[in-house]
Amino acid sequence: MTADPTVAHWIVGPILLPLLAAALAFAAPPRARPWLAAAGVLGALLTAALLAAHLPAAGPLHYRVGGWPSPLGVLLVADGLSLTLVLTTTAIVAAATSYAAAYLHPAPDAPGHPSAAPHFWPLWLFVCAALNAVFLAGDLFNAYVTLELLGLASVGLIALSGGPALGAGMRYLLVTLVGSMAYLMGVALLYAATGSLDLPAIAPALAASPQASLAVALVTAGLLLKTALFPLHFWLPPAHASALGPVSAVLSALVVKATFVLTLRLWHQAFPDLALPAARDLLGALGALAVLWGGLQALRQQRLKALVAYSTVAQVGYLFLAFPLLHGPGAADAWRGVVYLALAHAFAKSALFLAAGVILRVTGDDTVAALPGAAKRLPLTVFTIGLAGVSLMGLPPTSGFIGKWLLLTTAIAAERWWIAAVLVAGGLLTAAYMFRVLAKALLPAAAAVTRERLPPALGWSAFALALAGVALGLATSAPLGLIDIGAPPAVAEAAP
Amino acid sequence: MTAPSLYAFVGALLFLVGLYGALARRHLVRKILAVNLMASGTFLLLIALPATAAAGPPDPAPRAMVLTGIVVAVSATAFALALARRVRAEQGRPLLPGDASEAAQGPTDDR
Amino acid sequence: MLHRLLTAAALAALGAAFFAALDAPPPAATPLADAALARLPDSGVSSPVTAVLLNFRAYDTLLEVAVLLLALASVWALRIPAPPSPWPPASPVVATAARRLTPALLLIGAYLVWIGADAPGGAFQGGALLGASVVLLVVTGAAPPARPLPLRLALVAGLLVFALAGLAGPLLGRPYLTWPPSLAKPFILLVEVFATLSIALTLAALFVGVPPERPDPGAPR
Repeated sequence: MTADPTVAHWIVGPILLPLLAAALAFAAPPRARPWLAAAGVLGALLTAALLAAHLPAAGPLHYRVGGWPSPLGVLLVADGLSLTLVLTTTAIVAAATSYAAAYLHPAPDAPGHPSAAPHFWPLWLFVCAALNAVFLAGDLFNAYVTLELLGLASVGLIALSGGPALGAGMRYLLVTLVGSMAYLMGVALLYAATGSLDLPAIAPALAASPQASLAVALVTAGLLLKTALFPLHFWLPPAHASALGPVSAVLSALVVKATFVLTLRLWHQAFPDLALPAARDLLGALGALAVLWGGLQALRQQRLKALVAYSTVAQVGYLFLAFPLLHGPGAADAWRGVVYLALAHAFAKSALFLAAGVILRVTGDDTVAALPGAAKRLPLTVFTIGLAGVSLMGLPPTSGFIGKWLLLTTAIAAERWWIAAVLVAGGLLTAAYMFRVLAKALLPAAAAVTRERLPPALGWSAFALALAGVALGLATSAPLGLIDIGAPPAVAEAAP
Repeated sequence: MTAPSLYAFVGALLFLVGLYGALARRHLVRKILAVNLMASGTFLLLIALPATAAAGPPDPAPRAMVLTGIVVAVSATAFALALARRVRAEQGRPLLPGDASEAAQGPTDDR
Repeated sequence: MLHRLLTAAALAALGAAFFAALDAPPPAATPLADAALARLPDSGVSSPVTAVLLNFRAYDTLLEVAVLLLALASVWALRIPAPPSPWPPASPVVATAARRLTPALLLIGAYLVWIGADAPGGAFQGGALLGASVVLLVVTGAAPPARPLPLRLALVAGLLVFALAGLAGPLLGRPYLTWPPSLAKPFILLVEVFATLSIALTLAALFVGVPPERPDPGAPR
């Protein structure tokens, strides 16, 4: 518990402030909505930062909403894992909010979706609130409600684009609902077995049984479906590629992370004893296939946004590649590595999708073949793609490098050679598809082009995210210190 | 087999039937109904399974969870049906995109 | 066909897993149920389900109210074209019946909310009934035309009042959504009344599918 009890209340800020802003934005006149969004998101960022500043001294915070002792109330958990992701989320959503305000309110003759703009803001704020609510959830059933909030808001945002996004959104909606039901069925079995929904109370009460195994399998399968782990990734590329620029960025960078983080938390805090090495290896193997399959598909894509979406399929694979490393010697480093990789991918991928949105907005064409001349027309945007690409490849001095290096050294120390090999091969594939984009973008155009004049918020918010992805590779001690706070005992005890 | 565990089995069965429908049926309204069937099965099991243990008064927590779950399911269904309408208006058929192109190649019963 | 056979085979395997899992002995302990029944006198209500929904796990219910509003925001964002003539004229019998039934439905809905503190009932049950009565008025053409701003405020009131009432906890130095001791019942009723209003209108608005008046109230520029 925390030394200063008033600071603890800030834990509801990242959920409550965007939620209140969403309700107000629904009722407010359209002109006020972007400002409400800015206030809600910045408030969330500020409260999360206050809490994170307090955490190293106070240790992980278990906050019981309603004040009822375990197992009666609903638990919120602020530890290294949740606060790292909440800070990442609010920072990215803040940058994407300024981008979206410029993107959605174009001059009347510009291509875009002006009539979608008023509807965008409440859904956008619901996504922000839901993401933070999933990350902070410490209760099995509460996590289900937050997942539904997240899924509906995500699909609502995808469908805003109309056209092919409607079919893609419909598929996403059905997938996310089936995933939720599998998760809830697993929770029902866990509740029947333990009589509790409180995260810390599950593990001590759960004995190995067919019921517990089925519960873990259902919970995991539902979450993997929503996380789009190969071979359950089929719904992701069309949905992420057809959404509006800022929506794609948040979906690909953050929404798939929500269910990943919940999987990570449940496997290590709710049923660590049932997370058998064979099951970990299975997730790792699916991750390896995702890295290779997603990378190869990204190489083949003709459209920039489809390429970036397949890259997400591959990068989700990396996160699961860490599961076999998360027990036994070196688990503490693997834990740091996988959380670092999650935030590195979030910054790089959001920057890439925002940059792709700029190119689509300016040229009306996001095929890779149409990229020549882009470096001259949009130098900042192409530079953003370069920076984000370097972080995705995992080259120094980026945050992607830190995450991959921690995983790679753990894999080598544990003599898990196939994991090390996939980590390296995946980096090469990422380099191949990113250089394919950059090489085209740096070619001169067939016709003479000049530098485009854009609303500054478009180019600079994408650039800021890419830059943050690099900066987090240089200043690593604060984030690594935060990630370690409250790491699950199974992982922390294995530290050398 | 005691009565509550019979209800739990029926709940599991409804869940499985719904899952089959969500995977195998092609008409969007059928898929949405199938997901609702999964939800009903889950709710039934959620109530019935803890009840096998109860000697005293019934456990209020699963009933509260089911009420919350029903509201969530109603919300999701309302949005899904509205989205299905828009998909049909856009594509001419109430099917998912891949299923629509399959349907264009041969006769179909829209199921 | 092969696809369906494989699906059926996979589901049969899952069914076997369920069969094995559900044949388990009952749990040794039920800590959440025990705690909920033991702390019922402190909850401000005497119906255990309402105590869980609006006190012990009120945070779940707050998010549930948010999901309902979100569903409406998502449906309106689809921008479904408003039908030129929304509803065919109702027969005099139906129209009269709907008008005569409305006061009774309002009364029963309000009763369900009130009795929820002590017996089965509550905001969602009452709201569903009131929503149905609004739908009945809409389809018979008897509903007064909705004005956009008051309607939107009524739609968000449930979520706003619930979320802001929860701040009473931190203001008194206790966790969020902790009702002040001895005032739990008034707080629960306050939250329920506004939640009922919003739930009823949201359900009816989901049925109609298009925002009042202009299909896109924000668009004109």
